[in-house]
Amino acid sequence: MQAVTDNVFRALADPTRRAIFERLARDGEQTVHALTDRSGVSQPAVSRHLGVLKRARLVRFRHEGRETHYSAQPKALAPLVDWMSIYGAFWSDRFDRLESLLKRMEQ
Amino acid sequence: MTESTATRTLVIEREMPHPPEKIWRALTEGSLIKEWLMANDFQPVVGHRFSFRATPVPNWNGVIDCEVLVVDPISRLSYGWGALGLESVVAWTLTPTETGTRVRMEHSGFPSEESASYKGAKYGWNKFIGNLERVVGGMN
Repeated sequence: MQAVTDNVFRALADPTRRAIFERLARDGEQTVHALTDRSGVSQPAVSRHLGVLKRARLVRFRHEGRETHYSAQPKALAPLVDWMSIYGAFWSDRFDRLESLLKRMEQ
Repeated sequence: MTESTATRTLVIEREMPHPPEKIWRALTEGSLIKEWLMANDFQPVVGHRFSFRATPVPNWNGVIDCEVLVVDPISRLSYGWGALGLESVVAWTLTPTETGTRVRMEHSGFPSEESASYKGAKYGWNKFIGNLERVVGGMN
């Protein structure tokens, strides 16, 4: 777990790389061209950043025609996420719904 | 909330003014589970593999892969809960009280503190991690 976490942090240490990853996580799958147009760096530089993200398993890609499409892999972030607070809010909401269902059910 | 060295467990406990039998139904009948939790193909059979289906969000199809681990009628129910790269376990315990039932849920298997908050603080990235959590936490 420790090594995986370090790997992910290292991959995201570069601000340009972090911006590319955030864009993929926010907007979904995109081509290298589309990412290049919006990143302010050259296409070879974008491809290098994508290679680092790929080795950290933060992104994956598929070929379609002459284009390569990249998408984010949020699963790689599992070790970094504060699951306790996410699920704390989730279950608290579901307990409310359970109580409201029980009120509606007949004995 | 309690902690162990390896993983952490979320515990929620509430008293409910309803008999255990009725709450057990809400926890184990698929159509009732859907009303308060999520769409599912749950069966109260140990070893049964099923899924909960949340609303899909970008980069997540909304599927939670589960397997029934414990069915002890009107008392204990537990299932494995796998989603977004985290394997965890949800366990329900119903205890009759004078006025109804004490409902206890333990969700266990969360990574220890070091792997997330501590490292985020070390790298000064708490805000970034907060943003990521909104990405992966879209199940509400």
